[in-house]
Amino acid sequence: MNFEPTEERRMMQDALRRFLSNSVTPARREAAESSTAGFDRETWAGLAELGVIGALFPEARGGYGGSGFDIAAVFEEMGRAGAIEPLLDTGVLAGGLLMELGGDARQGLVEQVIGGELQLALAHAEPASRYDLSRVTTRAERSGDTYVLNGRKSVVVNAPAADLLLVSARMAGGANDADGICLFLVDPAASGLALRDYPLSGGGRGAELDLRNVAVAADALIGAEGAAYPALVHAHARATTAICAEAVGLMDRIRVLTTDYLKTRKQFGQPIGKFQALQHRMADMLTEIEQARSALINLAGHLDGPETERDVHVAATKNLISRVCALVVEESIQMHGGIGMTMEYELGHLAKRLTMTDHRFGDGLYHLERFISLAVA
Amino acid sequence: MDLNFTPAEEEFRSEVRSFLEARLPRRLAEKVRLGRTLTKADHEEWHAILNERGWLAGNWPTAYGGAGWSAVERHIFEEEMTKAHAPRIVPFGIAMLGPVLQQFGSKEQKDQYLPRILTGADWWCQGYSEPGAGSDLASIKTSAVRDGDHYVVNGQKTWTTLGQHANMIFCLVRTSSTPKPQEGISFLLVDMKSPGVTVRPIVLIDGEPEVNEVFFDNVRVPVENLVGEENKGWTYAKYLLTHERTNIAGVGFAQAGLEQLKRVARSELHNGRPLIENPHFAARIARVSIDLMAMATTNLRVLSGTASGQAPGAESSMLKIKGTQIRQEINALTRIAVGPYAMPFVSEALEEGWNGEPVGPDYAMPATAAYFNNRKLSIFGGSSEIQRSIISKTILGLS
Ligand SMILES: Cc1cc2nc3c(=O)[nH]c(=O)nc-3n(C[C@H](O)[C@H](O)[C@H](O)COP(=O)(O)OP(=O)(O)OC[C@H]3O[C@@H](n4cnc5c(N)ncnc54)[C@H](O)[C@@H]3O)c2cc1C
Repeated sequence: MNFEPTEERRMMQDALRRFLSNSVTPARREAAESSTAGFDRETWAGLAELGVIGALFPEARGGYGGSGFDIAAVFEEMGRAGAIEPLLDTGVLAGGLLMELGGDARQGLVEQVIGGELQLALAHAEPASRYDLSRVTTRAERSGDTYVLNGRKSVVVNAPAADLLLVSARMAGGANDADGICLFLVDPAASGLALRDYPLSGGGRGAELDLRNVAVAADALIGAEGAAYPALVHAHARATTAICAEAVGLMDRIRVLTTDYLKTRKQFGQPIGKFQALQHRMADMLTEIEQARSALINLAGHLDGPETERDVHVAATKNLISRVCALVVEESIQMHGGIGMTMEYELGHLAKRLTMTDHRFGDGLYHLERFISLAVA
Repeated sequence: MDLNFTPAEEEFRSEVRSFLEARLPRRLAEKVRLGRTLTKADHEEWHAILNERGWLAGNWPTAYGGAGWSAVERHIFEEEMTKAHAPRIVPFGIAMLGPVLQQFGSKEQKDQYLPRILTGADWWCQGYSEPGAGSDLASIKTSAVRDGDHYVVNGQKTWTTLGQHANMIFCLVRTSSTPKPQEGISFLLVDMKSPGVTVRPIVLIDGEPEVNEVFFDNVRVPVENLVGEENKGWTYAKYLLTHERTNIAGVGFAQAGLEQLKRVARSELHNGRPLIENPHFAARIARVSIDLMAMATTNLRVLSGTASGQAPGAESSMLKIKGTQIRQEINALTRIAVGPYAMPFVSEALEEGWNGEPVGPDYAMPATAAYFNNRKLSIFGGSSEIQRSIISKTILGLS
């Protein structure tokens, strides 16, 4: 057993932490949140320059890592800084799918992602799909040398800034079948594609997509016809690792912030951290965050292993972290009192962003049921 | 033991219900149902309708234009109001200042201010908390120094709810520095249009500027605006806080929230079936429903022991803690129920005059906003920690 990160990974993590603590300031974050892209382009360029995007890809594809522990190390720092840049959507989710299904033909795009020159978004979820990965009703039909897409996609994170969209659509099977799902690279300006964009709670931007007879060339298909599902599951396992790591980073930061506040805020003539009622709850919070960190390590360590084990850990980790997130959000706000409820104080943004991690890639309930079917029943 | 309401109480309930059916403007009920932000004019419109019927101040004696209801009648009224999605009655004048003036105010103050609370001529806000004085309210620093016929007020209040609408603020101010901080506090009524008063809004995590900072820079306040005696303000402040705690259980709000939660869980699909049919989610709804059923009775047990016009004692701390836990759990479940559509955050959508299409179902965004906003329930009006201390000291004698 060795729970120490490798020297290389530790150096990357330190450099990333330094970089983010300088570039993700409240003023820049607020400006970025109200921009049309929903993130800070300069920070994005800096992430590319530091090799952080590359750390999400293996060497064979032009990166410097790509393993579960690389993803965990990067996203823990993103969380700690409260960063809102779409590293998860462009790098892990859509970038990961391009890498897995795109082959040599798309290697150029993968390299553009690693270089920070390309923004992507995965348009997979639909208004009625909730967190199910196989529930796709958007249709694709072959018509001569094009595919024609029809349907709706919901809460597509980073779509407003995306240079290219990765859109899932069904060519065969029923609404909930794993088989028959395809992925297409779609130009957001394609005719027939309407995009309604909006800000997201906790930062970033998303969009609803309406596709009406959107025609794409035959070579827009990524991977084999109707066979995208296993890659989608794999990409979501990696994305779940990323968001769980982001949550752990956010919780670490919130825990430090709350501890500091308890040491400095005085009521009744003493720091409120002297009250045992609060001490015990901080102790519980720390214990739960360490449990979350262990669950994350379990997941990162099994991410690249056998699928059945990987999926058990995806479900276990996301369920546990969902519960700990709610505890940390609610307790940290409570122990701050009124100041914890304002957007003028750092906790406001962090708590919102942390809460939203429960609404991506399956919430506690979704993963509880996944775990029951994979490991209990 | 008789768990039923009396026939008179049942009749009162149906009277309230038919009044609400007839007089509650649909537009307002719709805004409340959808979790939209009510404007000042919305509140004023609803207050005027209630006042016309004599029901704006259920807690006031009839001599002052109130309804003189018993605690149980007030509870029934609240329950029907929330069920009908009526706007809540803004508490600062009616629930807070009114009882203090009636008990401790001068005749002039009663004559001048009580009718104006009912007509809506004045909108009051509560100036208790300061940056350095929250749970430890007695440590307030805002000072009032006597200068002829005036007090000169300097300092700062914070977390002042809806202070942006208010023209009047009732403040706790320090009038003398005594070894025991409680003994140097006075209760002062301040016109917010006085020179030297500045209001700065604070945006909360739900995106709404619900609270404010209020600054006082050499504000001159006539001495006749002192309530009761100088340096006795702490007694009045505590009296007010106990009245603030009536309806603290929020049973009506919880019931309305639970109905909304079930509506959401019926229309959201999980694995292609209504979420409410999912045994794990249904179990969480069931648990909070069971808690709420007992809470409704705990609440009535306390209320029925409370005489008309009076406030419940330390038991109300239990009502506040448990009622808050239940409401916050309902908010959390509703946020979870809306799924991925909890993420879009179009803050304008909560505002008056917004005509856009909601992103996702119309209940989604208000659900997230309410989850964040109702964190306040366990913080204000004496935090849950402070309430626990009250229970253990006052009821259990552990100190
Ligand atoms: C939305 C909102 C609206 C409000 N509206 C108004 C208003 O209109 N007018 C007004 O005057 N005030 C208002 N308040 C202020 C409110 O009353 C205070 O926030 C509250 O008294 C807590 O004070 P604080 O925020 O300074 O927290 P603090 O008192 O600093 O408390 C921080 C934490 O320490 C805990 N704590 C404190 N003392 C102890 C102890 N002895 N033992 C254990 N734990 C302890 C608290 O419970 C809390 O968890 C509002 C607050 C909010 C959030």
